[in-house]
Amino acid sequence: MPEPLNGAPLARDWRDRLVAVTWPAVTGLVSGLLLLLVLLPIAGLLFASPPGKLLRGLSDPLVGPAIRLTLATTIVSLLLIVACGTPLAWAIARRRGGFWRVLETVIELPVVLPPAVAGVALLLAFGRRGLLGPGLAAFGIGLPFSSAAVVLAQSFVAAPFYVQAAIAAFRRLDGDLVLVARTLGASWPRVFFTVAVPLSWPALAGGAALSWARALGEFGATLMFAGQKMGRTQTLPLAIYTALESDLQTAQSLSIILVAVAFALLMAIRAGARR
Amino acid sequence: MSGLDVNVHGATGAMSIDVAFRAGGAPLLIVGPNGAGKTSVLMMILGALAPGRGRVTLDGAPLFDHDRRIDVSVERRRIGFVPQRYALFPHLSVLDNVAYGVRAPSRAERLRLAREALADLDASALAGRRPPQLSGGEMQRVALARALACRPRALLMDEPLAALDVTIRRDVRRFLAERLRALAIPTVLVTHDVDDAEALDGDMVVIEAGSVVQAGRLDDLTRAPATEFVTQFVSRRAR
Repeated sequence: MPEPLNGAPLARDWRDRLVAVTWPAVTGLVSGLLLLLVLLPIAGLLFASPPGKLLRGLSDPLVGPAIRLTLATTIVSLLLIVACGTPLAWAIARRRGGFWRVLETVIELPVVLPPAVAGVALLLAFGRRGLLGPGLAAFGIGLPFSSAAVVLAQSFVAAPFYVQAAIAAFRRLDGDLVLVARTLGASWPRVFFTVAVPLSWPALAGGAALSWARALGEFGATLMFAGQKMGRTQTLPLAIYTALESDLQTAQSLSIILVAVAFALLMAIRAGARR
Repeated sequence: MSGLDVNVHGATGAMSIDVAFRAGGAPLLIVGPNGAGKTSVLMMILGALAPGRGRVTLDGAPLFDHDRRIDVSVERRRIGFVPQRYALFPHLSVLDNVAYGVRAPSRAERLRLAREALADLDASALAGRRPPQLSGGEMQRVALARALACRPRALLMDEPLAALDVTIRRDVRRFLAERLRALAIPTVLVTHDVDDAEALDGDMVVIEAGSVVQAGRLDDLTRAPATEFVTQFVSRRAR
């Protein structure tokens, strides 16, 4: 209890008491609203049908090819993103200046682009009448509506998540470590592979996990640019969309798989960040 | 022609640098107030920062020559560098830190040379440890061993004692002075501590606002300090 000033009692004002009571109530209520908004749909997914029906939902002929295709395409996308995105992030992180700042913003763009815009953009770049379409066609390559198109759509929307994480990680790297490595005779590639990447790898792994989660959920751009062919372009999100019209249980089962994978990935990222 | 000749001018960021000195046998000590450009000069010698004009020559061979458009890259200058916080690679063992820059035909040979470099600095016992497990004084020894293991043609140290606890600073200073005197290569140290200057007993260059304001031995500086900063600096000298 603090000493009363000038002998006056430190009695609490009625307003203090009102705030002490209402503040937790109000914040609890509004936070709860948002939590419900997120939790209710997930509860719906998990509990709207009995488990037996859910398992039967997985026997739909859509399911197997969709899971296999999703795994294959997202892994290829992720490899592409990591292999090309890591050196790109290193280049951006080490430079200042207008051009590199614009480049960094451009890389980030797909995060905020509507998927429909991404789909149109991909068609206009790689489609038959797009920028590269005729050139590719000359070599007998038709990208749209192929598995390669799925990979392109996933990479387009998922790359920023990895590249951003990698840029941030490389910027956090102690500049003296890089300088000392160079005074010891290390070339830039050696600095990159023996100092920058090993010291940044927890953050790189986190970015890769986030990027993979985004690729797994890719829907809009894939639908427009790659279409809906079972086994070739119909990934899990597209299969869910198709199943919704015929068999709600299949849509539900597949959705639960995606939720579980996404949740596991987020938990893994958090665990990695805490280390 | 042995020695490091530095003659650099030109603006870097907000500051203009105009510095010339020569480091030969004895350690050369750069002193000056914060923000005077001492670290910028080190960066120019290392090749991490390009001077606007001038020359940097090591044993007669140009590392940087504005007029002849010579600018040898950092990794080819073979100048050892020990930064203020030592910058040991935290993901490598002490031995691998020291072996990082060693050139040898086999890994076994590289590790042997690294062990030798550690032994030269009485630090063999640290070989298996990781940098986060080292004390400040140990980190300094390892950083010095790492710089010397690849047989540099010159050595730069930025505030080598500033990060150390006062209680051990005196011992480390004595150790460093002894080792640096034994080195046969030009050595440049930045310091803000007159005790360092006394112990290392080298030529001194005082830099203020990017320019050399006085050069000479510590006794010369004490006898006739050229600026307020030098007066303050030598006044801390123990009598």
